[in-house]
Amino acid sequence: MDFDLTEEQSILKDSLNRLLADTYGFEQRRKHMGSPEGWSGEMWGRYGEMGLMALPFSEADGGLGGSSVETMIVMEAMGRALVLEPYFSTVVLGGSMLRFGASEDQRAEYIPQVAEGALKLALAYTERNSRYELHNVETVAQKDGDGWVLTGAKSVVLDGDSADWIFVTARSAGGTRDADGIGIFMVDAKADGLSRRGYVMQDGRRGAELRLDKVRAAAIGEPENGLPLLCRVVDAGIAALCAEAIGTMDVMRELTVDYLKTRKQFGVPIGAFQVLQHAAVDMFVATEQARSLAIYATMMADSEDAAERGRAMHAAKAEIGRAGKLVGENAIQLHGGVGMTMEYAIGHYFKRMSMIDIALGDHEHHLRTLAEKGGLVDA
Amino acid sequence: MDLRFTDEEIAFREEVRAFFRDHLPDDIREKLVDGEHIAKEDMVRWTHILNEKGWAVPHWPVEHGGTGWDPMRQYIFLEELQKTPAPSPLPFGVNMVGPVIYTFGNEAQKKQFLPRIANLDDWWCQGFSEPGAGSDLASLKTRAIRDGDHYIVNGQKTWTTLAQYADWIFCLVRTSTEGKKQEGISFLLIDMKTPGIDIRPIQTIDGGLEVNEVFLTDVRVPVENLVGEENKGWDYAKFLLGNERTNIARVGMSKQRVRRIRELAAVEMSSGRPLLEDPQFLQKLASVEIDLKALELTQLRVVSAEAKRGNTGKPDPASSVLKIKGSQIQQATTHLLMQVMGPHAMPFHVHDMEGANEPPIEPDYAGAAAPAYFNTRKVSIYGGSNEIQKNIIAKAVLGF
Repeated sequence: MDFDLTEEQSILKDSLNRLLADTYGFEQRRKHMGSPEGWSGEMWGRYGEMGLMALPFSEADGGLGGSSVETMIVMEAMGRALVLEPYFSTVVLGGSMLRFGASEDQRAEYIPQVAEGALKLALAYTERNSRYELHNVETVAQKDGDGWVLTGAKSVVLDGDSADWIFVTARSAGGTRDADGIGIFMVDAKADGLSRRGYVMQDGRRGAELRLDKVRAAAIGEPENGLPLLCRVVDAGIAALCAEAIGTMDVMRELTVDYLKTRKQFGVPIGAFQVLQHAAVDMFVATEQARSLAIYATMMADSEDAAERGRAMHAAKAEIGRAGKLVGENAIQLHGGVGMTMEYAIGHYFKRMSMIDIALGDHEHHLRTLAEKGGLVDA
Repeated sequence: MDLRFTDEEIAFREEVRAFFRDHLPDDIREKLVDGEHIAKEDMVRWTHILNEKGWAVPHWPVEHGGTGWDPMRQYIFLEELQKTPAPSPLPFGVNMVGPVIYTFGNEAQKKQFLPRIANLDDWWCQGFSEPGAGSDLASLKTRAIRDGDHYIVNGQKTWTTLAQYADWIFCLVRTSTEGKKQEGISFLLIDMKTPGIDIRPIQTIDGGLEVNEVFLTDVRVPVENLVGEENKGWDYAKFLLGNERTNIARVGMSKQRVRRIRELAAVEMSSGRPLLEDPQFLQKLASVEIDLKALELTQLRVVSAEAKRGNTGKPDPASSVLKIKGSQIQQATTHLLMQVMGPHAMPFHVHDMEGANEPPIEPDYAGAAAPAYFNTRKVSIYGGSNEIQKNIIAKAVLGF
């Protein structure tokens, strides 16, 4: 058992943290957020130069052959800096879709473009009434020659406004909540019949609503049995989000502890008060427990055992939601009034943390699902 | 990064598991499964079995009877022990005074005491807390005054676990009132048969008789029973208290309890179906299981860092989490177990403390549930309360 990073992985971690420390300060991030895209094309280019887009793809496909540990490192660093660029959507979600679901031809066509940063991807599975259920799909896919046409609507598609290609779930057979009959389809963002409405989200990231009216698309994987692939991709996404959350929680604790040591009231730094120290310790304990499960999720993300992998992700995401809420709410409380202001960093971390809980299923959803699946029974 | 156990570790786990399965007497195992206290005789019997195998004091240096296992094997051993469930070695000798003696004691003390600790020929108890010295341990008042070849000890110790069985007590005593209060403390080994020692049992809220008050009146202790140097006892006490990192989380024990909760919840009925089919109950249980999985991994992070770095350096910051989360999870599982029993948790069987329920009040496994819940409140209080643990983290990790 080994929890250490290899030398190469440590270098990746240090260099990305350094890049973001130099280029992604509070003001710089605010500037990126204010741009028309809502993020920085220049930073996107820098990530590409560092090879981040190519990381998870196999060398045979034109990537760098990294494991889920490399993704964890990148996401944790991005969580520390509250990165806005669509790395998670493109490389983690979209990239996993290509790695695990695409045919050889599709991989040959798209992976090299993603790996060099030329292509942005998004995953559209949420609908107005689906909440967090992956198999709850009303959008319809109909066979049309050797392709498919999709009709329906998707909600809250993370980075859906800037994506060049969007993976859309649609039902090729069965009823709205059937596990069978779901396909995943690759839709060109410029395709006829697709309309997008982009917007900014609570944490400053971008989302979009999609309307699909007889949009032509190609299937990824099995068009009538796509749920296992979707689960696998979402599992990879959960592991990555957990890592991002750890970076975010670490910074919240660091900012809060620094604040407690500098802010003076009653003639002393308020960190002299035990009740505040203990609240900060609660943040530390919660983060360490969450870190343990984020590591667990990372290691399980590469597992072929869907049931065991799924349980690990439910556990990790539930814990991240619980810990993130505690850390975030304590961070605001301990900052007092200044924590409530847009001009101060801590509130932005809190907002991102709150959205991480919701993304890909919140604490209650994953806890309930884990309970239904029999819990974490130990061998 | 790799969370898999090596093939050798997996084989080791199998070996340990098989030994516990084949050699733990059934009657002892059944008592532990039912959450009952075990008798002194059970503890002695089990320790002899372990000692014969060479596993009574696995973490001790090899020259004193240890196994030479690395930290990961130590951890696996304890986890399997607790999961079986088998009695953990009596901590007062094996984890507390034993390491103090082999680290700070003289050759005569090592020779006299260590083999008898390993075989539980001597039952040790801990004389640290006093009525006026709980969390503020260094304010202890029990005096030891030098008189020729002896110290004369006067004072009172409290919360002394299983003193009624003890042959020896290791005590923190005040040998000086000069300077800082930490600087006048010494570490004395006292024979419980010495005249002037009186024990008064304290009954705890579960009905149990684990803890005692120990009164010391003009107790004459030979000076050769001083460990290390006079007035350096606080250093040895800190060493002792910081020594228990691989066991404090009790991951194996909580795993065993979760397994027991699932077993019993499959039998106990609620709204016409087994409680184990109640979604609300399942969510509560899953929530504890998540916490426990996180704790297990936190523990493994600590163990693995220790294996890499050796036991000498500063403990991993994550290690300070173990006591807090470990105690919270133990408390959550005993509470869940009581909830599983529903109304059957209510009857109070005084005889359960001795392991008998005759004639049985049905179901006979229910009687220990509420006492276990009451008793487990102690785990966030002893060994430095969770509030003290938070003070330690605030200072040592967060830099307040």
